[in-house]
Amino acid sequence: MSGVPHLKIEDLHVSVEGTEILKGLNLEIKGGEVHAIMGPNGTGKSTLASALMGHPKYEITSGKVTFDGEDLLEMETDERARAGLFLAMQYPSEISGVTNSDFLRSAINARRGEGKEISLMKFIRQMDEKMKVLEMDESFSQRYLNEGFSGGEKKRNEILQMMMLEPRIAILDEIDSGLDIDALKIVAKGVNQMRSPETGFLIITHYQRLLNYITPDFVHVMMQGKIVRSGGAELAHKLEEQGYDWIKEELGIEDETVGAKA
Amino acid sequence: MSLDVKSGFDRDMVTRFSSELQEPDWMKELRLKAWEAYNRVDLPKLEKTKITNWNMDQFVPYKKEDTVSSLDELPENVKALVSEAEGRNILIQKNSSVIFQDTSDELQKHGVIFTDLQTAVKKHGELVQKYFAQSVAVDEHKLAALHYALCSGGVFVYVPKNTEVELPLQAMYWATDADAGILPHVLIVVEESSSVTYVDNYFSTTAANNAVHNGIVEVFVGKNARVRFASVRTMDRDVTDYVFRRAIVDNDGSIEWILGEMNNGNTVSDNTSILKGDGSKSLSRVVSIGTGKQKQNITSQAKHIGRHSDSNMISKGVMKEEATSIFNGITKIEKGASKSNGEQAENVLMLSEKARGDANPILLIDEDDVTAGHAASVGQINETQMYYLMSRGIARRVAEQLIIRGFLAPVVEDIPLESVKERLEQAIERKLAL
Repeated sequence: MSGVPHLKIEDLHVSVEGTEILKGLNLEIKGGEVHAIMGPNGTGKSTLASALMGHPKYEITSGKVTFDGEDLLEMETDERARAGLFLAMQYPSEISGVTNSDFLRSAINARRGEGKEISLMKFIRQMDEKMKVLEMDESFSQRYLNEGFSGGEKKRNEILQMMMLEPRIAILDEIDSGLDIDALKIVAKGVNQMRSPETGFLIITHYQRLLNYITPDFVHVMMQGKIVRSGGAELAHKLEEQGYDWIKEELGIEDETVGAKA
Repeated sequence: MSLDVKSGFDRDMVTRFSSELQEPDWMKELRLKAWEAYNRVDLPKLEKTKITNWNMDQFVPYKKEDTVSSLDELPENVKALVSEAEGRNILIQKNSSVIFQDTSDELQKHGVIFTDLQTAVKKHGELVQKYFAQSVAVDEHKLAALHYALCSGGVFVYVPKNTEVELPLQAMYWATDADAGILPHVLIVVEESSSVTYVDNYFSTTAANNAVHNGIVEVFVGKNARVRFASVRTMDRDVTDYVFRRAIVDNDGSIEWILGEMNNGNTVSDNTSILKGDGSKSLSRVVSIGTGKQKQNITSQAKHIGRHSDSNMISKGVMKEEATSIFNGITKIEKGASKSNGEQAENVLMLSEKARGDANPILLIDEDDVTAGHAASVGQINETQMYYLMSRGIARRVAEQLIIRGFLAPVVEDIPLESVKERLEQAIERKLAL
């Protein structure tokens, strides 16, 4: 794949078990850009992340998403990943009996395709390098995938996977929740190291704190399953100081969650 | 000689069989007693598995095969199963008769016996008689009775006091004929403070239609002795397999079972450790993959009699297609077996709607001062885990394989014998790919 990564979401509607959560969302992300989506709990932020990755529980009822010009919604989850989409999950699965390193190598080779598998030496070198950046103990590579990992270890492991897989568009879903400040800085370091025209980022958070370490180019506020306000990094600062009430007032919204009548 | 199935079994045939094998009187009497029991006693009672329609007695119980003088005379696929790295203490049984055996001088020098049971009965009669049929009685149930009436081939292992046999003793059981009866009796006696590892493989060629394996394994573990018993069975769809394995463990002795139940046909596998001595121990690991329409009943049992006895049993099953498997785990702690501990886990992973897997943990405890635990699970592949793996670009089929392998890993990875682990991994690979 070549060219600038490009994810375009148009009028996206998503339902979970019959309830509409996203109600017409528009967003465009290009390589080199860092977008942050902020908003209170229950406004549909994580639904956007899961729907883009193709979680089976989320049903796209209408709208369009293209990824580098291709119809993303037509692809299976694994095809989306191989096309270069990555989601650092809020609650990664634990998989017993599969070591972190076997899993990662399978993932990298799936992306590279048959006959172009990464050599074991190169893989180990890369993994060691990235684990050092994330201050992860060597033993992590031989531990079973996320099994018995603490919350912070799981988050770091998500970032490790992102760094190893070098996605074109990376979505980080509440990567900061439950992290202490030191762990947060390490995670931010990993993300910042990857910032380049080759990768676009979508960072979902409801705390402004993370954005002190990863400066976004665009900040979007989500309420009632839509983006209701967009701006630059300064918007995040304003939210930090003043909260969300001023936006609700301006828009005449009483209940910002998706359950509310628009 | 050969005994024909068409004529049916009768008392005369059993007598003639024993005479032709030139067995001592005690053996002939035991066979006749077994024959009498066969006509009288019931089938073993199996949880949730009905075996009344399975092939039990339609087979040719004995046929003399040509022996081979060197491993090189064996077909490549058979030779490949011999792990030469692990020495050349090997016995090979084809259908009902042993065709090759080799024991190193080193073992013989130390008084270790490793030979086929027919030879042992003649050469070490007293020793064999002392243990033979002492853990599984001739009249325990119909299948055991039939086994004792007609058994042939098999192995006798004897390890004298204070002797460590380092390399594993290897046995192969190879079914090639239609209607073949394979009834080996494996008798392992290990004296005080000694140790041995026995590894066997069961396999069949596609010609072995309607063959029946009815085997009994008896292991006697002396004081402070250690026995490791590994078996990988990969017999074909048309072979019915019944095996009853039992160990009696004396003070501070230990038995370790490593069992790969990888047949494609109907299988009854019953494995019991009787922890008779104080401080005796058992560890059992069982892996099974069910495929096609096969039915299996796999029981792991630990019976605690001695104080401070300890048992640990883990069974892992993966069920495909329309396979049905029942995994029973029985921890029985007798009155007086104080300070004993019994742990067991049965986990079954179902890969298809029509497959069926049951995990039956049973704890029978008659002593207060003990600890015991069980964990059983039956479930399908977790869709959230699949989504997670696929979100990293791994295709559905590969993700499934990763999860299955991960499910089996805690048992397979822990196998201390490289060659057995390898064979088991190959068998798993084959059954999962079917």
